[in-house]
Amino acid sequence: MGEDLLVSDHQLVIPGQDLARGYEYLPGKGSFRAGEFIRSKVLGQVRLKEKVINVVSFSGVYIPKPGDGVIGVVDDVQTTFWIIDINSPYKGILVLSEAVKEFVEIPKTDISRFYDIDDVIYAKVVNVTKSKIVTLSMMDQRAKKLRGGRIVFITPSKVPRLIGKKGSMIEMIKEKTGCQIVVGQNGVIWIKGEREDLATRAIVEVERESHTKGLTEKVSELLNGKDL
Amino acid sequence: MKAGAPERLIVDGKRLDGRALDEMREIEARIGIFKRADGSAMFRFGNTHAVAAVYGPRELHPKFIRDPKKALIRCRYNMAPFSSYERIRPGVSRRSVEISKILKEALSQVVVLEEFPKATIDVFVEILQADASTRCAALNAAVLALADAGIPMTDLISSCAVGKVDGEIVLDVAGVEDNYGEVDMPIAVTPRDGKVVLLQIDGILTVEEFRKALQLAKKGCQKVYEVQKSALLEKYSEEDVNAVRDE
Repeated sequence: MGEDLLVSDHQLVIPGQDLARGYEYLPGKGSFRAGEFIRSKVLGQVRLKEKVINVVSFSGVYIPKPGDGVIGVVDDVQTTFWIIDINSPYKGILVLSEAVKEFVEIPKTDISRFYDIDDVIYAKVVNVTKSKIVTLSMMDQRAKKLRGGRIVFITPSKVPRLIGKKGSMIEMIKEKTGCQIVVGQNGVIWIKGEREDLATRAIVEVERESHTKGLTEKVSELLNGKDL
Repeated sequence: MKAGAPERLIVDGKRLDGRALDEMREIEARIGIFKRADGSAMFRFGNTHAVAAVYGPRELHPKFIRDPKKALIRCRYNMAPFSSYERIRPGVSRRSVEISKILKEALSQVVVLEEFPKATIDVFVEILQADASTRCAALNAAVLALADAGIPMTDLISSCAVGKVDGEIVLDVAGVEDNYGEVDMPIAVTPRDGKVVLLQIDGILTVEEFRKALQLAKKGCQKVYEVQKSALLEKYSEEDVNAVRDE
């Protein structure tokens, strides 16, 4: 008995694989308890955090969680709220009080003058209910309307890779292309600048090569090559 | 061309294609074959080819069929017109509706549907070439595609068929055995727990024969599982994954 870990940290596992035996460890994200075993739910990589066993998936859609900064497109304007497409199975709801600081006389105002259909916004997820009602807020320092530019989509699980250690990767792309870039946790990236094409290519490269070695060098090469 | 009924299907303990009674056809599996789908996979038993694509979890319409407690799996099984000896008329048929339904029910047993309330997971399986056990190949491909899409599952599903040919219980019926054999029994299990998620039977078996067939099928499913496992792990090499850790 005792500690019966059946896998090592960072090992690749498949759904249903036994990760640990006994009650020493706890199931975390991407794992579950089946009797005396802890098993993986997804195809991914084991991340041990003391006694908690997490499995990080390589793919999957974006599931919102409170605190995330997301980029969304206004899908619909209602009388007192907006419906935002956040690249997820669940749409976000932005209510008037979370979007506008000033007093708005609802019966006399068309709120599309604040945000209209097809506008792109960077918003914070403030709450996600059990039945996945997602409420967004613009009451955040970084929240804003994104005017012009273009949008690129990547797999949400690859967002940390695009940002890099302490933002190293995204800073490099910003610096070398001179573009403004905003990355949403939902895998939506907004780019604006003179060299949008180059920035887009760099981001697509990160997406495609995200699981390989020496990614930073590859991207750096791509960015420098275009300098000539 | 479609051959006429042979006199015997088992000669000197060997089947017409040279396999032993408990031998399977060649198995092949691969994931991530389609770029545009959220998850995709192919699975092959000898000449039976199945490809699967998974989309989702995504928003479900119309709204009234949404389940606020869990996700819905929708499944489509389809045979390509050129997949068999005679042209398959495109569109839904009695048979494809049935198979779509049993695939959906089998998959619903392993997918953790509670994680995606109100949403739907769409599974499309195409049979490119049919030579018996198409529903087994379809299910094996579908479950791999789901894993590729990053959808949480409590276990995989491994499936294969057993049959009775010339009075003998055989594993993985194929070709003429399927057309002229006595019994065809597709079965799918969750390889970790051995739970049966699909079992159909066409023909008559005694209780004794049924037990033997079930034993043999479970052995076959284990072999399928090994292939599925390596297909899943193949896509990501250990070295690459470690590189990501260092980021």
